[in-house]
Amino acid sequence: MTRGTVSVMEGSMAVAKAVKACRPAVISAYPITPQTHIIEMLAQMVAQGELEAEYVRADSEFSAASVVAGASATGVRTYTASASQGLLLMTEVLYYLAGARLPVVLTGTNRQVSVPLGLQPDHRDTMSFRDSGVIQLYVENVQEAYDTHLQAFKIAEDHGVLLPTMVCMDGFVLTHVVEPVRILDQVDVDGYLPPYEPVHYLTPERPSVFGSYTDDANTLEFYYLLQQAVLGAKAKVELAARDFRAAFGRSHGGLIDSYGAEDAEVVVIAMGSTVGTLREAVDVLRREGAKVGLIKVRCFRPFPAEEVRQAASGADAVAVVDRAMSFGFQGVLATDVKAALYDAPAANRPVVMGTMAGFGGREVTIDTVREIVKVARQALDGHLPAPDDSNFIGLKPELLPVAGPG
Amino acid sequence: MDSEDTQRASRSERVRRQELHLDGRDDLAARAERHPMDEMLREDRLPHIWCPGCGLGVTLTCFISALQKSGLDLDKVCVVSGIGCTGRVAGYIKLDSFHTTHGRAIPFATGLKLANPDLTVVVYSGDGDLVTIGGNHFIHAARRNVDITVICVNNFNYGMTGGQAGATTPVNARTTTTPYGNFEYPFNVSSLAAASGAVYVARYTALHVRRLEQAMVEALLKPGFSFVEVISPCPTGYGRFQQQQSGLETMRYYRDRGRLRSEADVHQAGIVLGGDIIEGKFVDLERDTFGQAQESGLKRAFDKPGRDGR
Repeated sequence: MTRGTVSVMEGSMAVAKAVKACRPAVISAYPITPQTHIIEMLAQMVAQGELEAEYVRADSEFSAASVVAGASATGVRTYTASASQGLLLMTEVLYYLAGARLPVVLTGTNRQVSVPLGLQPDHRDTMSFRDSGVIQLYVENVQEAYDTHLQAFKIAEDHGVLLPTMVCMDGFVLTHVVEPVRILDQVDVDGYLPPYEPVHYLTPERPSVFGSYTDDANTLEFYYLLQQAVLGAKAKVELAARDFRAAFGRSHGGLIDSYGAEDAEVVVIAMGSTVGTLREAVDVLRREGAKVGLIKVRCFRPFPAEEVRQAASGADAVAVVDRAMSFGFQGVLATDVKAALYDAPAANRPVVMGTMAGFGGREVTIDTVREIVKVARQALDGHLPAPDDSNFIGLKPELLPVAGPG
Repeated sequence: MDSEDTQRASRSERVRRQELHLDGRDDLAARAERHPMDEMLREDRLPHIWCPGCGLGVTLTCFISALQKSGLDLDKVCVVSGIGCTGRVAGYIKLDSFHTTHGRAIPFATGLKLANPDLTVVVYSGDGDLVTIGGNHFIHAARRNVDITVICVNNFNYGMTGGQAGATTPVNARTTTTPYGNFEYPFNVSSLAAASGAVYVARYTALHVRRLEQAMVEALLKPGFSFVEVISPCPTGYGRFQQQQSGLETMRYYRDRGRLRSEADVHQAGIVLGGDIIEGKFVDLERDTFGQAQESGLKRAFDKPGRDGR
């Protein structure tokens, strides 16, 4: 039986309640839509004495990330949250956190990146941290957002991991939606997530240094160890999900989650809130006779290459729905999926189709999925576009400049 | 004059003629049909996003009026904004405008001014943008005395995101992130500008429009880093938490507690919750602008005997 008391609340409130239950010692943040409700609610909890933590209203996201870096270096549990430009402003510090192995947990409330300036979700902001060493978990609904924040601290603070961990949730669609959520009792959360026991931290008893200068003598070895740590986190992401299921009776998947992928001809791969629509689309398309399945990539970094390979091995075609693009190449998730499948035996290597949808919050509907599956089928029939020719689903030609003569 | 020049020249003239109702449209009906500032606003961007009771519309009216009175060639005025409610000014005003990233309006403006010194560059942004996330740029542009005008609409909170505390929030003010009152000391923004090296510093509330407009004219015409702080109501994000439910109530507060004290020490003129608001022109002095200092510095270096084989 799944545990917790059902309450109906905004996604941001569920995240704030999860963070509160994890008992961080220091929270620092700078307001940015659509993250603001989370940090307002935490400010309220701290002010009312419900949460014993220091709350620092920083003067920018750069400062907020730096404040939690400093706090984390003393060996306490810390939390921050941001979105879009705010996350980009944190970039330098997030790279630092990963290198310094400081297990800060942060929420990335996905929002498009300016220019064009907008408030709606896509994944360009958080996926820009692909190469930083930050662990990234993408959630599908509010319950998963709540549960994953508890798991994130467990993963981040594992002594084999010790890495910053970002829970990515689509802005508005998940942060501002009101859904029933199962909220756990504090005693249950305490049982799942023990107090943080730091390994390396600043203390007068045992002087040490973070972030000191290095050169070619040991930089490669440093990166080797960082790579081992991030790769090693794969097992811990799975473990955190398994332990969570054992304790509370529910799971949203570990590194991935699959739905109807086993016997599917066309498998759709996606991350975040789009996955909810895709589940529905799989049911609808299957009723219409199309053997469609779904793989949700829940953990984007470390990338679950082996798990994707196995889950997609029976499919003829894979369509990746990307909400972030590496301009000049292709969809970011599609690139990873292709790389993962390169190592599959030829007989189990489906055709991969990258598709662009859900940018700037544009709805991914069941019809969008129909179109995506159609593109994948065309690919199967040999009409595969050049690899850098990405499929922009639902492109409005009337908004594009009219091509001149010649 | 080629046709492009003619067009450019005619625009400023057109605005002026409209202001003075010289176009045969000075009958009441024609005036009602067109607002005298229509030429200066991007109508396709209206209605604006500002809440009822917000002071931003008033400040923008003062600013447009100041531009028209300044005699500046409006085709050589560029308005730069950061992010926030005030940041939207750059989108509404029908001049060359630049809506930049959060906190960085001043560096963008610095680049504009240095690359094209003929431009009159105005940064129009809020307190959260200019002195909180962008505080570092603010003090350094003032220190260098970059020849730009900065207009800071100060409403003591982050309005666009829904009323969080920032670096200007007075002690004890309630916001969504300080539900039991703010305990951090805020910046006195005019004092910060003056201490950092601004050559012109003035502060007026959005109620005192004539003085505000005059200060804007002076700031626009002042060489160097000129600064105008506008104290402005934000009933939605800030006022309602301080028992000022409407913009009108805040305006009444400005009327009752605004104090014109140009001779006041700007460093002692901080904003205290419920206290007097000291207004006036606090600083108006002469100092080499960044460009002038650079020119004279280089001249000194190269005019030294013994250099360049001389």
